[in-house]
Amino acid sequence: MPGTFIPSNYLPIIIICIFATIIGLSPLLIGSLLRPRRSYRQKLLPYESGNEPIGEPRYKFSVKFYIVAMLFVVFDVEAVFLYPWAVAYDKLGIFGFVEMMMFIFILLIGYIYAWEKGALDWE
Amino acid sequence: MTLPQLFFAYFAVSITGLSLLVVTRKNPVHGVLWMLVLFVHIAMLYLFLNAEFLAAIQIIIYAGAILVLFLFVVMLLNLRVEETERRFQWSWPVGLVAAGGYAVSLIFILVKITVFPQPGHYTIEKMQTEGNLMIIGKVLYTKYLLPFEITSLILLVAIIGAVVLTKKKQE
Amino acid sequence: MSHLRSMILISPELLLVLTALSLLLLDFLVRRKGTLAVAGAAGIFISAYVNYRLIKVGMTGGTIQGMFAFDGYANFFKLIFYTTLLLTILLSVKYLAIEKISAGEYYSLLIFSTVGMMIMAAATDLLMLYLGLELMALSTYILAGIVRGDRRSNEAALKYFFLGAFSSAFLLYGITLVYGLTGSTNLREIASALHSLKLAESPITMLSLIFFITAFGFKIALAPFHMWAPDVYEGAPTPVTAFMSAGPKAAGFAVMGRVLFDVFGGLQMQWSIILEPLAILTIAVGSIIALSQTNIKRMLAYSSIAHAGYALIGIVIGTPEGFVSTMNYLMIYMIMNMGAFGVVIMLKREGFSGENLEDYAGLAKRHPVASALMLVFMFSLTGIPPTAGFIGKFYIFMEAVYAGHIYLVIIAALFSAVSAFFYLRVVMYMYMKEPAGDISLSTSKTAGIALAFAVIMVLVIGVFPSLLLNFARNSFFG
Repeated sequence: MPGTFIPSNYLPIIIICIFATIIGLSPLLIGSLLRPRRSYRQKLLPYESGNEPIGEPRYKFSVKFYIVAMLFVVFDVEAVFLYPWAVAYDKLGIFGFVEMMMFIFILLIGYIYAWEKGALDWE
Repeated sequence: MTLPQLFFAYFAVSITGLSLLVVTRKNPVHGVLWMLVLFVHIAMLYLFLNAEFLAAIQIIIYAGAILVLFLFVVMLLNLRVEETERRFQWSWPVGLVAAGGYAVSLIFILVKITVFPQPGHYTIEKMQTEGNLMIIGKVLYTKYLLPFEITSLILLVAIIGAVVLTKKKQE
Repeated sequence: MSHLRSMILISPELLLVLTALSLLLLDFLVRRKGTLAVAGAAGIFISAYVNYRLIKVGMTGGTIQGMFAFDGYANFFKLIFYTTLLLTILLSVKYLAIEKISAGEYYSLLIFSTVGMMIMAAATDLLMLYLGLELMALSTYILAGIVRGDRRSNEAALKYFFLGAFSSAFLLYGITLVYGLTGSTNLREIASALHSLKLAESPITMLSLIFFITAFGFKIALAPFHMWAPDVYEGAPTPVTAFMSAGPKAAGFAVMGRVLFDVFGGLQMQWSIILEPLAILTIAVGSIIALSQTNIKRMLAYSSIAHAGYALIGIVIGTPEGFVSTMNYLMIYMIMNMGAFGVVIMLKREGFSGENLEDYAGLAKRHPVASALMLVFMFSLTGIPPTAGFIGKFYIFMEAVYAGHIYLVIIAALFSAVSAFFYLRVVMYMYMKEPAGDISLSTSKTAGIALAFAVIMVLVIGVFPSLLLNFARNSFFG
């Protein structure tokens, strides 16, 4: 194999992740092991400030959330393309600037289109 | 078994297992949450390939934006857990046999790799001096300029699609 | 300045993109949606003219960074795509008004899909190929589902999207295998690396080839990857179906030609052997299942599947002349298919879909011109002289016989005779049955222009075939 690499600099992050998982999970685990196991119907119902729950906990989900999430994905990808360009900016010359402006212009047209169509209106 | 191979073995097994978990859960929200663990593992795999920028954007975009989109769509679909009982078609053994046969033939073929290509231009030392982000910036906007601009068109089509398929009738 | 030269080489696609962008915004400014079609057509003509001038000036043979080739091969397919786009726009104008589809997005998506196809045809790098394919495919998925109130349209978009995404995954896996073996995504470099590393016999190269064939086979609706086509063709709005049956199929063949001949040139024996039974199966499935269809869009869908099988014979032959006959066939197939769908579009009006075979009963008595057009297109699809369809099949069969594939030709000719049943059944309904009720056509000037063009080309190519064939031959070899 031509050259292998261990990212040893990230070891602290892994250790933090492992500790965070342990600290997060251990109260739940220890609690479920030490608890007395007496469950009855009232205990298992969803909490409803003392009342009996009526009906299913579902409601008509609006499609606005989907549009917002979808537009967020697209513009997030656009922002991600901006990062390497910004870092390598002085090595890319004037043409690098022009081509990124073309990219942003095309997505700007998309943004204006979404705006005018009312996709960004909330209610 | 050297240490990198050990890590790669863990990632290979865990990524395959996690993706199986994603598609077999009864509750779709559980499946999406397993997908989150899957994305984090893929990001860690990128770290082992000296591509820390890719690991970062894997988390930002996949776990941050795409996963959220999945969750919204799952909640939009509003499936009750009882409705997801019949997850697989009646013909799922056929699919399993086909996939299994494919996997076995793939393994037989992959162990026969005898020729490796030459190491590429971007060796480990080069990546470590300049950093993944700078190298991607230098290559993406000069050599791969045309694919980059086409990507902008694909993103625009995604915006048009999202809006035209979900907007309320205004007229 | 090489950047300027790159921009010049890609200027036809750039002009189309600008047209699409301006149509998107013009939608908010104009009331009458017919002007959008005119603006779109104007942009397309300008772009095609620029392309023509670039060829005349001698830019043929230039590439952008080895990824995007401006060569005769790409330009021939670009002609097919421009024509498909123009005909679709002409046929859609009245249809959009009837179905109340939003016009700005519709035309923009059509143009973006065409830009994706043009990039596919000109791509000499696997990355460009994949991006062009995704651009074309995404736009077409949305177009298939653009009639939001129609359940079949939603179903069509969903099926097309799922299977298309899956096949894109196969394509990516094939690309990664080939990249892992050779270290490059450029078609020429891959070919030379496969040759110098003597990887042509490696099972991984075969695996990669199979993935590519699977992905492309889905796109051109080859059996056994054809299952999506009838439902998607039936559910999508008819102009979109016409567009999908012509453009993406031709684009799929364009990339197949480049990948199979350039990258896997060393494995030509193997892919010929793989594709031959697929071609026979495709022709058989398309011809036999079309016999029992009563919905004319489904029948034309199965007919498109069969035609893809005939066109594949040109690739199975494995020689460059064989592929020239495929290119010839694709141009002819595009024109006659758009014509047939054009007549189907005219039968749709408010509240009446006009998609069943019974709706064509007695059409000749009320609308003789439309019936005569449909007759020409049905004859052409069957392959009866002196129409272009006959010429297309004739050249493919001729090349196959020269290369020694006699049995293939016999089987294909047999199924061609079988297909006469369902094509001529439409003609029989039109001319020999009594009209059920009042049939009125949604004619429009633009649809008339498109149909006139199609029928003239079908008859002209049928009588003077060598014009098109020499053009195809020069494009491939020039």
